Amino acid sequence: MITAPVETREHYLNKEYGIRSWLLTQDHKRIALLYLASITLFFFLGGMFAVLIRLELLTPAGDLVQSETYNKFFTMHGIIMVFFFLIPSIPAVLGNFLIPIMIGAKDLAFPKLNLLSWYLAVAGGVFALYAMLAGGVDTGWTFYTPYSTAFSNTYVMSTAVGIFIAGFSSILTGLNFIVTIHRMRAPGMHWFRLPLFVWSHYATSLIMVLGTPVIAVTLLLVAVERGLRIGIFDPALGGDPILFQHLFWFYSHPAVYIMVLPAMGVTSELVAAFSRKRVFGYAFVAFASVAIAVFGFLVWGHHMFVSGQSVYAGMIFSFLSYAVAIPSAVKVFNWTATLFRGSISLQTPMLYAFGFIGLFTIGGMTGLFLAALGLDVHVHDTYFVVAHFHYIMVGGAVMGYLGGMHYWWPKMTGRMYPELWAKLGALLIFVGFNVTFFPQFLLGYLGMPRRYHAYPDEFQVLNVMSTAGASILAVGYLLPMIYFIWSLRYGRVAGANPWKAVGLEWQTASPPPTENFEETPVVTHEAYEYSREREVVGD
Amino acid sequence: MTESGEHSLALRHQFDTVEQQRDASTLGMWVFLVTEIMFFGGLFTAYVIYRTLYPTAFEAGSHHLNITLGAINTVVLICSSLTMALAVHGAQLGSRKALIACLLLTILLGSVFLGIKAFEYADKFAHHLVPGPNFQFEGPFSRQVQLFYSIYFGTTGLHALHMIIGIGMLSVLAWQARRGRYSAEYNTPIELVGLYWHFVDIVWIFLFPLLYLLGRH
Amino acid sequence: MGSRLPLFPDQASTFASEVDALYLFLVALTVFFSVLIAGTILYFAIKYRRRSEDERPPTIEGGLALEFTWTIVPFLIAMFIFGWGAQVYFRQFRAPDDATEVWVVGKQWMWKVQHLGGQREINELHVPVGRAVKLIMTSEDVIHDFYVPAFRTKRDVLPNRYSTLWFRPTRTGVFHLFCAEYCGTKHSGMVGSVYVMEPADYQQWLTGGRAEGSLSEQGARLFQDLACDNCHREDGRGRGPRLEGVFGTTVLLDNGQRVTADETYLRESILNPGAKIVSGHQNIMPTFQGLVTEEDLIRLVEYIKSIGPKVEAPPGETAPAAATPTQR
Repeated sequence: MITAPVETREHYLNKEYGIRSWLLTQDHKRIALLYLASITLFFFLGGMFAVLIRLELLTPAGDLVQSETYNKFFTMHGIIMVFFFLIPSIPAVLGNFLIPIMIGAKDLAFPKLNLLSWYLAVAGGVFALYAMLAGGVDTGWTFYTPYSTAFSNTYVMSTAVGIFIAGFSSILTGLNFIVTIHRMRAPGMHWFRLPLFVWSHYATSLIMVLGTPVIAVTLLLVAVERGLRIGIFDPALGGDPILFQHLFWFYSHPAVYIMVLPAMGVTSELVAAFSRKRVFGYAFVAFASVAIAVFGFLVWGHHMFVSGQSVYAGMIFSFLSYAVAIPSAVKVFNWTATLFRGSISLQTPMLYAFGFIGLFTIGGMTGLFLAALGLDVHVHDTYFVVAHFHYIMVGGAVMGYLGGMHYWWPKMTGRMYPELWAKLGALLIFVGFNVTFFPQFLLGYLGMPRRYHAYPDEFQVLNVMSTAGASILAVGYLLPMIYFIWSLRYGRVAGANPWKAVGLEWQTASPPPTENFEETPVVTHEAYEYSREREVVGD
Repeated sequence: MTESGEHSLALRHQFDTVEQQRDASTLGMWVFLVTEIMFFGGLFTAYVIYRTLYPTAFEAGSHHLNITLGAINTVVLICSSLTMALAVHGAQLGSRKALIACLLLTILLGSVFLGIKAFEYADKFAHHLVPGPNFQFEGPFSRQVQLFYSIYFGTTGLHALHMIIGIGMLSVLAWQARRGRYSAEYNTPIELVGLYWHFVDIVWIFLFPLLYLLGRH
Repeated sequence: MGSRLPLFPDQASTFASEVDALYLFLVALTVFFSVLIAGTILYFAIKYRRRSEDERPPTIEGGLALEFTWTIVPFLIAMFIFGWGAQVYFRQFRAPDDATEVWVVGKQWMWKVQHLGGQREINELHVPVGRAVKLIMTSEDVIHDFYVPAFRTKRDVLPNRYSTLWFRPTRTGVFHLFCAEYCGTKHSGMVGSVYVMEPADYQQWLTGGRAEGSLSEQGARLFQDLACDNCHREDGRGRGPRLEGVFGTTVLLDNGQRVTADETYLRESILNPGAKIVSGHQNIMPTFQGLVTEEDLIRLVEYIKSIGPKVEAPPGETAPAAATPTQR
């Protein structure tokens, strides 16, 4: 590999300079970096609240902060992490950067809309930040009525408006991806040659487009109900607070798949690249993504097994929840099978991929506990649920995100990150994560309800373990932040294809030119065709 | 600027051909309309559930809506859809005059609709039928009737907002058409706004019977 | 600092062993699959580690048989768990007919408990061991959730409607009561204790504190104070339907529909009389919304439940009021 200075070459980073060239850019790669900056900010903000939560829970008595303050901590942790970090994370950063390159296009179909999406995400975030600085919000990220509409005295309106605006960012991103994947593929890039990353983003986009409008209108109704004292969820008017829960979970359950599907896409890419194998059962993995997106819309009622919906509704939702588990299982088996007789290299991205598979397996299996009607009655709204969804969202989605960031970092910046530090970071995150969240399964089964500021003494040992784990996790998350920034200046120059991987993104230079390819590529081979290496890798 | 110059300007850099660009824009509009359906879908769900729970109250509420004005508005909107379709047709034929005339007619009809709607709203205000502290309704179900009016104002208000946005876009199109932006070869924006306008019509076609007609004797 | 490290909650109701059995099965299943996946990955990662930089392994196409196996086998396992879970759930939903009823009102941030005998408790619930207990619950404000981990059961408590929860304690002792639905500032303070007592101790406990008389007696007084008896007369000649024996029967409404006269129906008829009008009657009753508290409503409902024949009465015995055809 030649590591001669190539800085004289023009690429998307050095084509233009100055703040205007970034804030008014329509280049999907630059917009991806704008998103990277904004969601990193939100990630550390949300992480700060997580630290405060864990510190408060060190002792059984609520002695660090008042319960009002604690309630705001977990609410803002949830809102920031869900709506302003996890939902945009992989799609808006990696998806934005890679989808056009992976399908051989010059850009997304609607670059201006893409930029608008970022501004909407930021504007929504500003509303949420305003609410936070003005005094915070304490409804939980779920905004359950009538607490949110008639009882809470906090900044529910501006937060709801913030999420409403950010929702449109998500809708426009999904719309842009769908149109791009349908209409912008390079010659020869037919549907079953698409990388699985693109398939999973297609499925994600479907959810964004179909689900987000529902949460938007629901939160709009909450804001209107609060502001104008007219209501459609208010029991005092004969309204039905359960209706709110139905509408809320109609989006918010599929939203979990918005977070985890892209991470599955990343994992497919990583497993293929670091075992140099075509993903086993490519078509099954691809269709599993779409199946998850479709079934995901039919299972929202499993959040309401104890809310008073009918027994039969509960049974249907439980059944469908088991159905949606199957495609996820199929994916896990196929990734594992991909390794068989591969050429496996345990570089950092692959460690994250393994971490994803392991933690997602546990997260998914514990989902079976929650979907089991009779068992859910006991563990519903306890720390078991908290542990379960953190295994999916942090163990799954964030692991996938970090794995993807390491894998494509050389493509985005042209520089390698320091491998040794990165491995240490991956290890810290894996260990810290498990120490933090595994005790929470036990706490949940013991009966500790979530969103508790103070708790009975016998839960303390497990809570202390969890807090200890969180401090390891915090160090683990700071590490990549530091060495990624370091690598921008001191990292080894990467070259076009540092991993010797296939895929269109590795056929263009690192960093890519503004229009991604010198000339539009013509695709003549299947995805992940490692056995025809000479033809694929080129140079 | 010559016609051909206009075309190459219209082809944005990320597309290879004009057809690809038009296909992408049309698909984008359809996807957007799907999100709009889901957006209204949340409100329609609320309507269906409460109508099932409180059928009598909803009938009582709908008795106070002016069915004549609603019907006139329905006709007005259907006519505006027709003029919109004619505008698209005119654009495809490259007839600038027909295009501008039809666009202006559509704007006019849309404004008539909004005017009638505003009159209806004012009437509800006068009769204290606007939900909130001043709501007054003589009858056994005043609370549930208020629920009906919350949904009435929610759905028709959101619909009216879409109409206002639509009229705004039509005005921009008419202005651009006057400056010769559109031709038989390039008229995608007209088509897209046309799709949007038809969608807004269809929403009303659902709202009118659900709110005004159902349960009327 | 609590030095105990509990891993398993107390088992104190008939549900506990059922739920725990399902839980342990799922734990075993999770351990099995996690170890299987993790073990396979580690084994492959070592066995097929990259031996040279330019190594190119053969392409292996996926096999249909394998794909179908790992689609169908997990599906069958999932269906098994679904059936098991549904069965447990079903039992948790259906309270036995002989269950002792206890009323619970949740408000920010306390639990108010009322026994049929008139005994009141706050953040405490005393129940006898071995007897089925059915809680009829409502909320004065936001959504709460009545949760007793040792009983492995919980249910949301909603404003403006009654929800029920039942259990049969199997062990005496004091157990945690939590609010499990986030309800505002002092959510974590909305906790209490459930005292499961020997029947004899329970009887003794019951004899304390019934100064105001039983719930139905209190309800009877309220029924007169609110002048309900002006219209709902025992002889059936009042302007309102006769209420004796109406509880538990099916009531014909003026729109031809039929409803069961349960607690929810009685409650709605007091607060929103026009919602369901008994066939043959006018909608003339004023609403009592704002005039009666949740606890008053409970007293009135208990009074109406206490008068006249009970649910089990054979069809002919319930004397139909003016135009309230009752049947069951």
